[in-house]
Amino acid sequence: MIDYWPLLGIALVVVGFALRFNPLLVVATAAIVTGLLGGMPFMKVLAALGHGFNQNRNVTLIYIVLPVIGLLERHGLQQQAKRLILTMKRATVGRLLIVYLGFRQVLAALGLTTVAGPAQTVRPLVAPMALAAAEKEHGALDDETAEHVQAMSAATDNVGLFFGEDIFLAVSSILLIQGALAGFGIELTPFELSVWAIPSAICAFVIHGARLILMDRKLGRGR
Amino acid sequence: MIDAQWLHIFAGATFAGFAFGSARNRANSKRWGNMAFWALLAVSFWFGDLLGDVGNGVLVLALVALAGMHFLGRSSGGSTSDEERERFSERFGNKLFLPALIIPVTAFAGTLLFLYTPLKDSGLIDAKSVTLVLLGIGVIIALLVCYLWLRPAALAAVDEGSRLADSIGWALVLPQMLASLGAVFAAAGVGTTIGALASSIIPEGSIFLAVLLYALGMVVFTMIMGNAFAAFPVMAAAIGVPILVHQDGGNAAVIGAVGMLSGFCGTLMTPMAANFNIVPAALLELKDQYAVIKAQVPTAIPLLIANILILYVAGFRL
Repeated sequence: MIDYWPLLGIALVVVGFALRFNPLLVVATAAIVTGLLGGMPFMKVLAALGHGFNQNRNVTLIYIVLPVIGLLERHGLQQQAKRLILTMKRATVGRLLIVYLGFRQVLAALGLTTVAGPAQTVRPLVAPMALAAAEKEHGALDDETAEHVQAMSAATDNVGLFFGEDIFLAVSSILLIQGALAGFGIELTPFELSVWAIPSAICAFVIHGARLILMDRKLGRGR
Repeated sequence: MIDAQWLHIFAGATFAGFAFGSARNRANSKRWGNMAFWALLAVSFWFGDLLGDVGNGVLVLALVALAGMHFLGRSSGGSTSDEERERFSERFGNKLFLPALIIPVTAFAGTLLFLYTPLKDSGLIDAKSVTLVLLGIGVIIALLVCYLWLRPAALAAVDEGSRLADSIGWALVLPQMLASLGAVFAAAGVGTTIGALASSIIPEGSIFLAVLLYALGMVVFTMIMGNAFAAFPVMAAAIGVPILVHQDGGNAAVIGAVGMLSGFCGTLMTPMAANFNIVPAALLELKDQYAVIKAQVPTAIPLLIANILILYVAGFRL
């Protein structure tokens, strides 16, 4: 008989997010409820939560870049990013983001996953450039369109990262696949696994790139 | 040797700076809440290893209480105006990109230099965290360059850093919280339960349906857990290895690699992957916190179909 009670924690997360409670509160509540339903005493749940938090501090480490980005924004970095795009005659928002997509995939495939990202590149450079390119082509954007262009900038960064990084041999997900399969007696080298990330990487570039081209067309039609 | 420990000390100092900067920002009516939140993170980076598991748990509850009771706020005050920024950008021109590029270039060139030269054996940097350490070094170099070149007010880095941190707010720590939720889920046996559930509904006799269930299982479980890493061992144990590899004779490398990538399609569609999907929306100050997810879904679904076809064709037909 399977014990389904711990799954209530998952339901709590889904409901909490849907009702738009503060996500930190939702996650902490779900963790405690799940632990208690899984038969752990409260102090042990608290310890597991604290241990997990302390072990995962590197996730939050990336924000050490904020003071540099803030200083540069104070001195006109975003304005300069827009200015640069305006000097490029053939730059459209779609083409710009396609170039960034390819660049992000190649860098990630070389194992350089943390050199770009929402804080490092998207907010200070990619999003303002994308907005400037869209405005140059299509005039002032309404709020909804401007928000979509910025969201697509962040989306392009994610797609490039996810469908590039697994081509690199020593990335944690490849090592995890190797380790998990080895646990079942299936021995594979990281190389055998990472070559199979290439077809998906190509599909990701084609699919997302096509959407970016369509976005250019749609912006053009809107006027 | 420079290792993650040094980086934690630097990160602790950065968050202490955010706390100080928030406290200085009189335009923010909730500045004390922000100050307490960043100060707790500074404590976590500096003393996390000394607090013990329960101590860290109490720290987590304090962070949650501050966020849950809406003690955090933001304000746009304290920085330069748009007009001033236009003037600065005319004056400094494209050179403004250089300090921003110092960070990725240091991390990029430094990592290559370190891994492919005798430096690797010098013991100067801990090989496990070399890119992160070099990122930290890049930040320090970029800060120095900014101060020497732009000559801002002494506390400008503190004020601007805390302005950005305040604009992200509690979302900044959500990814780390979700990672700890994953740890509790694992301890409570959630993964085993889902695995048992998935294997109990596996259809007999159709390889394609089994592939479909495996990929969709990866997507759904990834969306629940917020990352594919937690989903993979469970789905591999439930369907991937026993059914697809052993029973149906599929190619294990394809099933492993493309199974994980199917999970990544789920990562594109879930608020639980907060660092990729929620934090950028906060960083870009978008009105809709789900705007990035909405922009990703139309890529994720066709890409998932492509992955399922790759799994089926390359895994069983080649």
